[in-house]
Amino acid sequence: MIKVLYFAWLRQRTGTGEEELSLPDEVRDLGGLMRWLAARSPGHASAFADPAQVRMAVNQEFCGPEHPVKAGDEVAFFPPVTGG
Amino acid sequence: MTPSIRVQEAPFDLAAETAALSAGRVDVGGIASFVGLCRADDGLEALVLEHYPGMTERAIAGIVAKAGERWPLTGCTVIHRVGRILPGEGIVLVLAASRHRVAALEACAFLIDWLKTRAPFWKREEFAGGADRWVAAREEDEARTRDWG
Repeated sequence: MIKVLYFAWLRQRTGTGEEELSLPDEVRDLGGLMRWLAARSPGHASAFADPAQVRMAVNQEFCGPEHPVKAGDEVAFFPPVTGG
Repeated sequence: MTPSIRVQEAPFDLAAETAALSAGRVDVGGIASFVGLCRADDGLEALVLEHYPGMTERAIAGIVAKAGERWPLTGCTVIHRVGRILPGEGIVLVLAASRHRVAALEACAFLIDWLKTRAPFWKREEFAGGADRWVAAREEDEARTRDWG
């Protein structure tokens, strides 16, 4: 299982802030996970429609789409940050 | 140097936080501060800040540690508010204390530049009449962060 978190407009578009999912064998990295998640619902498709606008973290560290993902990971998807 | 890092809904008190960085000590030569405020641009009624609990505190601690490696700080405070913030209210407070002014001023600028682009906060703007929109990240902010090397 992996825990997937969504923030800001990704949370609004997917309609959820958090989901627990079993990772299919073919998903090996964050880019693959994004493509697989996008097929879950029209909301997910909308959230991931423009991958250039999506940032990600694995186990609370910023990562790129090539970063591997494995069972037990906490993965988060969110827009570019706008704090400060 | 033990930094004070807080993510909270409540407002902060600049004077009290500044005083705390030199209370009971005589080795602090200067304290630089930055306070980010909520503006009422385009009829904005409120900013709503969301964050990633856990990662946020970790990311800020990492940024403060980087500042501590580059400048000899005697103290550092970062308070970032979340939730609903009204025009005129403070959003973020950064304080950097050191023996000398250059270290304090530079560290303070570094901290706010990095906080804006490397800590997981997101701002949503609420306008009169119920309209709202997510604030978009600015390339200019990213460039400033990169310039620190």
